[in-house]
Amino acid sequence: MSEALIRFSQVSYRYRDGGREILRDADFTLGHGEMAFLTGPSGAGKSTVLKLIALLERPVSGEITVDGQTLSALRPRAVPAYRRQFGMIFQNFALLPDRSVFDNVAMPLIIRGHSGDDIGRRVRAALDAVGLRGRERDWPVTLSGGEQQRVGIARAVVARPRLLIADEPTGNLDPAMAAEIMQLFGRFNEVGVSVLVATHALGLIRRLPHRILSLQDGQLVDDHGDAGSVS
Amino acid sequence: MSGAKRVRAAPAAGSRWLLDHTRAISATLDQLARRPFGTLLTALVIGITLALPAGLYAVLGGLDAASSGLKGSLRVSLFLKDTVDEAAGRQLHATIARKPGIGEAKYISRDAALAEFKAHSGFGEALDMLSDNPLPATIVATPDAALPKAQAEALLDALTRLPEVDSARLDREWLERLYAILAVIERLILLIAGALALAVLVVVANTIRLDIASRREEILVLKLIGASDAFIRRPFLYTGLWYGLSGALLACLMVFGAGLALAGPAQTLSGLYGIGTGAGTLGVDTVFAVFGAGAALGWLAALWTVSRHLGAIEPR
Repeated sequence: MSEALIRFSQVSYRYRDGGREILRDADFTLGHGEMAFLTGPSGAGKSTVLKLIALLERPVSGEITVDGQTLSALRPRAVPAYRRQFGMIFQNFALLPDRSVFDNVAMPLIIRGHSGDDIGRRVRAALDAVGLRGRERDWPVTLSGGEQQRVGIARAVVARPRLLIADEPTGNLDPAMAAEIMQLFGRFNEVGVSVLVATHALGLIRRLPHRILSLQDGQLVDDHGDAGSVS
Repeated sequence: MSGAKRVRAAPAAGSRWLLDHTRAISATLDQLARRPFGTLLTALVIGITLALPAGLYAVLGGLDAASSGLKGSLRVSLFLKDTVDEAAGRQLHATIARKPGIGEAKYISRDAALAEFKAHSGFGEALDMLSDNPLPATIVATPDAALPKAQAEALLDALTRLPEVDSARLDREWLERLYAILAVIERLILLIAGALALAVLVVVANTIRLDIASRREEILVLKLIGASDAFIRRPFLYTGLWYGLSGALLACLMVFGAGLALAGPAQTLSGLYGIGTGAGTLGVDTVFAVFGAGAALGWLAALWTVSRHLGAIEPR
């Protein structure tokens, strides 16, 4: 693995209007095909790290590269195309309530201009992969929290991105559903998708065989827990 | 999934464009149809706003057509000098009548004029007391109806400067006034149309602004999953276009309906003035202008609103 998929070099970030410092000269890499959990005390800025990757925020200093692209060099017009390279999953699911499950999952394909046949096939495959086969016509509000998050994951993977980033995906779910969702990420990782999940569900992720990154004092450090791998 | 059934992931640019636009068109039409009452209200406001200048313009067109029927009444009375005797007067009349552009010329001799005056004025006996006939010989010339107004006027003007002519009276002042009034009305309609165009812009812009506000969540999600600005903007631009076009359709129906309602009285009026059919009807060019204006205003209003408000909706 010559080039990392995500690389933070000396990245600093502080909240606007002179707020707290979240990152101070932080370095970390996520390799191609790697899956990692990002943890840290609540309010430490786990979401901020993901927002920096998704270009929802820009660092004060330092360099972030994703799949060989230097983010600071991306012009605003290039941001949508950049965001289409990965799938994002949110704590609040971010589904559109006035659209069916099918239409929600199809959205990334529609913005890419896929044909109707192609969309139908891919959406059904994505829903199948998250265990929601046959629920295309349902409305998001009629689904449980876990099911809604699986729709969110189906939407994130439907365009077959190489990277998934998830911000507290189990934050609104009960433990059993949360474990299911984490296992789902593991299955996508097994087929080669890189995954970065910000979560505070330490008890849950310690049992999983993936790398754990901890955000402490503005640094991203590997957490050598019982199951954590060292890189 | 077999390899043979695979569909290209990146469609060709042309078909992609077509697909994107067809989707936006069907999605926006679907959205408007789902709340028909609100859509109709907005279209109605735009329709009334567009119908007013279109209707006025149709009326103006009618007046213009009617006034061109009056062009035949443009004529000049040339009062000949007393030194011009009857033979010279008839000679002059023949010359004028042969001039190109002259439709009709009539010679009224001094005696004929006096006889006519006696018959019609009621001053018959008074005139008998005069030793001399005070009336001049007159040539009444009317230009060819096919001659354009400006040329006809120039021709008549030239006649008034003939050496045999003592004085002349052009029967065109009131026509000039009518043309002047029509010009003022036309300018007034332009001003009204301008103000009402602004009203259409504001109505559509406000509707689109509310639309954007109510779909804020959707816009945020679309931006998060990497939809381009053009993709996000497109449905709003089409919505503006549909509002404009449906307003234009209603405006044309309204003007057409008003034209039907006015047809009877207008016929009577033009009949009274003996000026043929001057009823204001909606010409094809006006229909095109209304649809063009509606479409352009709706689209521009949407573009204006979208460029003002979409940038402010950014995921954080």
